[in-house]
Order: sequence, then C-alpha cells, then structure tokens
Amino acid sequence: MQQIQWGWLKGGLVLGAVFLLAVILVKPIGVSSQFVIFDGIIWNMFSDDVVQVDETSQSGYSSKNAYLDKNGGKYAENIENPWNYGFIFVLAMIGGGVLSVVLQKPKISEEDKSAPKVFRESGHGNRYLVAFTGGVLVLYGARLAGGCTSGHMMSGMMQTSLSGYLFAAGVFGAGIPVAIFFYRKSAKGAQ
Amino acid sequence: MTVFLAILVGGLFGFVLHRVGAGNPQNLINMLRLQDLHLAKVILLAIGFSSLILFALLATGMINEAHIDIKAAYTGVIIGGLIFGIGFAIAGYCPGTCLVGVGSGHKDALVFIFGGLLGAILYTLSYGGLVDAFPAIFSNLAGGEVSVANTGAEFSGLSGSLPAFAVAGAIAIVFMLGAWMLPKRFNI
Repeated sequence: MQQIQWGWLKGGLVLGAVFLLAVILVKPIGVSSQFVIFDGIIWNMFSDDVVQVDETSQSGYSSKNAYLDKNGGKYAENIENPWNYGFIFVLAMIGGGVLSVVLQKPKISEEDKSAPKVFRESGHGNRYLVAFTGGVLVLYGARLAGGCTSGHMMSGMMQTSLSGYLFAAGVFGAGIPVAIFFYRKSAKGAQ
Repeated sequence: MTVFLAILVGGLFGFVLHRVGAGNPQNLINMLRLQDLHLAKVILLAIGFSSLILFALLATGMINEAHIDIKAAYTGVIIGGLIFGIGFAIAGYCPGTCLVGVGSGHKDALVFIFGGLLGAILYTLSYGGLVDAFPAIFSNLAGGEVSVANTGAEFSGLSGSLPAFAVAGAIAIVFMLGAWMLPKRFNI
C-alpha cells in the first residue's frame, strides 16, 4: 500500500522551512560526515591510538589517520566526544521517520520493506547486495565530495554555493542514465 | 540546548523527509528514471523557497552570518558526485533518506547503511593516499569556499558587488519556476 504523501507544494515549502530553521538556529544541515564519526567511534573502541589528546591541535585532538586529523582534528574530536549536535541530529532523524510512520494509517507492505516494487520488477536478483553496494558507493562519493544530498545539494544550493551546483551536476549526470539503464524494462528479460 | 536543538531539527527533518516520500527508495529511483518527478519538484521548491528567505534575512541582518557555511569547490566534488550518483541510482537511498527508511521499516535501508559505513571507512583509510597520488582533485576551483550570491559572511561571492538578494532571488525564482513547470513524469 502507498504511504500518505504530501503534495509537492506543501512538501517543498515545509522541507525548505526545515533547512531554513536549521541555518537560523544552528548551522546548515549535513548528514554524511556522521558515517565517518560512527566508524571512528567503533575504530576507537579497538584501538588506543586512533584518537589522541593533542594540545597543539586546533580541536585539542589529533589522529594518526590523515582524514580524521584534517581541519585541526575536528573528526577526531567528534569521535572522542560523540554526543554533539551532528551525531544526535542523525539519530533524531530516525526518530522523526518512526514518528511519521506511527502517525499514518496505511502501513508498508512486507515485500516493500525488503525491496521497492521497481526493484522486484527489474529482475535483478539480490536487493540486499545492490543496496549494500549502493551504500559503499554513495558514502565513498559523498566523503570525496565533502558532502551529500543534504549538505551539498540542499544546504549548498540554498546558500548558492558553487560546490552545491557542481555536486548536483555530478549526482544527476551519473544518476539519471544509470537509473534508466539499471531499471530498464528489458533488464527483466535478460535475467 | 545543543542537544535539544539537534533533537528538534533532526526529528523535524526526518519526519518531513518521510512525509514527502523520500524515505521510500521506489520514489527516488523513479525520480532518477524520470518516471515520477514528485521528489524533484519538492527538492527544487525547497531549495528555491529556503534560499529566497535566507537571503532576505541576510539582507535585513536578521540572521547570524556566522551560521553560513559554504563548502569548498574542487574537482573531487564532481568526481564524488558521479560516484554518489551511481550508488544513489541503484539503491534509491542517500545518507539522509536511508535513516528515515530504517525508521519507517525498510530493511534494505539498514543494509544500505552498513554499506555506507564500509564506504566511509574505505574513504577514511584511502584519503591520505589519494591526496598524495592525485593532489589536483583536491585543489580549489574558483577560490574554493565561494557562493554565487555574496553571503556577506567570511566567504566571497562570485557575483562581486551585485546586490546579493537580487542575485540569489533570481536563482531562487528559477528553482521555484522549475518546480512548478516540471511535469509529474516524462513520456520516454
């Protein structure tokens, strides 16, 4: 069964208002760096030297890893002190999704929970394998780009950032042809 | 206070993403296939509308300029966007919508997140080598942390001394017109 969806006019205005609220109250919304923080928290549990207290660094922390040590050890600091704005923000996002589902009557069907209809009809075998591969590519790409759909595309273009337009061009430049090809009708017959 | 704001804004963002249908990979895949442009219309309107109000607030000094945060532009942004686009197209999730997908019961969203955590650690481990091997993809384009309209904050604007509200307002109108004029689907 289809979920109850807001129309594009209401949805666009409310979504825009949330991005605006974020920049008015705190800072522009961004999500993908928290995947690095989560990985770092796990890594830090098994390693004594991934994050170190460092008086000489801007954040007070440094890392033997060049990426975590970037920008004055900002990621290293967030790994050591994870209960900060960015990390709680992404956890709250999951809660917001749960709340929206709880408040709506039609529930998602069991088969939709595993794979969307367009995937089931495509004839591509294992949805979980495709979703996992997609996740690897999306987060690798987002970190190389320095942001994702939230940080670069929405928050970035809201501020007219050059980087936001470049990122959007890359995402749609690859995403549209790949989606059309990967989910083409003839793909089913080929399998 | 920080914790309260994170829960408030994060919770609202998750709720709204779900209500516009962005937690459902079917909608994102069909947007990229140009079969259902509902979400494209939502995104265009959201960007245009928020940008118009943001620059009105900046022009009247009603927003703290320190909250503006322009990310750097470099070749890696485009390359990263292309890699991102491939994964986005096959999976139908992005780093934000997969969280909402998990919250709304999509099991494939959880699998996507595990893939994402692997992708993020692979990048973390390969970053040092990438910078050494391909320094050019990390060098700034057009000054790096720049915006088209001048935000008046610490970042520079490409449109120079043109009034920021006029420049950003014109761009915002193009986005909102795009949202309004884009058909629900293309017949291809």
